[in-house]
Amino acid sequence: MKNLWIICRKELGSYFVSPIAYLLLAMFAVVFGFFFWNIVGYFNNMGVESMTRGEMFPLNLNEQVIRPLVSNVSVIGLFLIPLITMRLFAEEKRTGTIELLATSPVRDVEVILGKWLASVLLYGGMLLLSAINLVWLFKYGNPDWKPLAVAYLGLFLQAGMLLAIGTFISTLTRNQIIAGAATFGVCLLLWVAEWVSGYESAGWAKVLAYLSVLTHFESFAKGLLSLKDAVFYVSAIFFGLFLTARSLESLRWRS
Amino acid sequence: MIAVQELTKRYARNTAVDHISFSVERGQIVGFLGPNGAGKTTTMRMLTCFLPPSSGKASVAGFDVLESPLEVKRRIGYLPEMPPLYLEMRTSEYLNFVGKLKGLGGADLAQRIAFVLDRCAISDVKEKVLGKLSKGYRQRVGLAQAILHNPDVLILDEPTAGLDPKQINETRDLIKSLAGDHTIILSTHILPEVEQTCQQVIIINKGKLVATDSVHNLRDRARGAGSVLLEVAARTGTLDAVAAKSRLEQVPGVTRVLSRDAHPDRSVFEVEAHNDRAIRGDLARTVVNAGWDLNEMRTAAVSLEEIFLQLTAAEKAAGVESAESSGSLAQAQEQAS
Repeated sequence: MKNLWIICRKELGSYFVSPIAYLLLAMFAVVFGFFFWNIVGYFNNMGVESMTRGEMFPLNLNEQVIRPLVSNVSVIGLFLIPLITMRLFAEEKRTGTIELLATSPVRDVEVILGKWLASVLLYGGMLLLSAINLVWLFKYGNPDWKPLAVAYLGLFLQAGMLLAIGTFISTLTRNQIIAGAATFGVCLLLWVAEWVSGYESAGWAKVLAYLSVLTHFESFAKGLLSLKDAVFYVSAIFFGLFLTARSLESLRWRS
Repeated sequence: MIAVQELTKRYARNTAVDHISFSVERGQIVGFLGPNGAGKTTTMRMLTCFLPPSSGKASVAGFDVLESPLEVKRRIGYLPEMPPLYLEMRTSEYLNFVGKLKGLGGADLAQRIAFVLDRCAISDVKEKVLGKLSKGYRQRVGLAQAILHNPDVLILDEPTAGLDPKQINETRDLIKSLAGDHTIILSTHILPEVEQTCQQVIIINKGKLVATDSVHNLRDRARGAGSVLLEVAARTGTLDAVAAKSRLEQVPGVTRVLSRDAHPDRSVFEVEAHNDRAIRGDLARTVVNAGWDLNEMRTAAVSLEEIFLQLTAAEKAAGVESAESSGSLAQAQEQAS
């Protein structure tokens, strides 16, 4: 357990020593800010319109601001997650430091969990930045915080799953670009897999739709804590990390 | 300290290490010698638990590499061929991280870091980013990393590769000075390095163990069957080399005479005998009595390189690769001298 923290701290250190972390955080802050500004602008417009027309539209901050915002954040994640995970193992393989980790008295599990946790914490840092915007919602409106918390939990779980997959893909190559591109491809496919259910209802289509991260995010975005979907994400995280462990092990048999 | 029995590593297409057995006593420096691609790195990786053996056993300090890898890893310091440095870290940060990884902490860690900074002469780059260090410094930081947790066994893969002659000497001295506290295995394809630093040599070629012996014995062994070089010259005119050769062959105790170099007025012969020291007088008298001059008589010096080539000669038929390896040996010799 102690080793896990040592690895995790080292990973976070290398994120913040190189410009990667700052770049990701800045990109996220700008893009999130833009989305927030747009959605709130649209919401205000609706409010003004409802007053001038004299009809009362059902205006709800949670439904009309937070929900689309959170869905957008999960899309931003799709682009940023490959950038977070691509270096995790690929870089160690390229520079040979993987030999140091593998010959130190540390378990593979500790290395994998430490690295994954560091990536999750970096993602968490990004989400924290979004709070700068959300604070104003609470200041000038009165959104319900519970659905917001559930939505953020959903974001976390979804990112955890994609980060675990990215960690796995990073063990497969020593080239960061390849790891990043492949992770992006896989994430994107997991995203859109749900489309098939639009025209097909056969068994395979149901499986594909079930695997889609989008399907499982819907209830979280609405602010509903769905155990079924949480279980999906958690098991996907386990599966991704399990594959990582297998891959690290096979690395030794092959290399 | 280290016991290896029938250790084998097979890959899909080839066998990198083929039934190697040897053992290393506590406190010894052992040179692991072989041309590039002989299986040195693979063997070391198996000893450090980086690679699992396909068959056979290896144990370090009594712990088997497959059964208790964590115990083995606690007791070894490993410097791979490429020092495993995180180039974005500072030297002190890096040593701090490695120390924690190896289970050190607190005052103990601070004290060990101070010790290795001093021992490996890297105090002056303590706050430098590793990526900006020269090759020599990187190698020394790599060595510092290996000895940081004061391991029983040090495994060094080509610790002097790519260094300049001054750095090579410094690194060798450093390794020698570590010998008292640690058992050291170092791999190299540079023979003088082994002659200078090691007490024992393990020679492998194409994954097979060719010889394992002390540097001293190995040299003696080659010398025991060794030979004397004679330069015989005519006082005037030309030398009858054939006659000279047959005269030498008649000296009791001589097993073989080879003509090494022939000029019209002088010839160099290599005389092999069971006991080259005892027959030197006879050889000299024979030459002088026959009316020739004895210009020179000396023991044919055997370097480890020759021993190495002798021992691996059987496999020389394989062509390209051994040509390559002797090329690198010659290069190494040049570099070292």
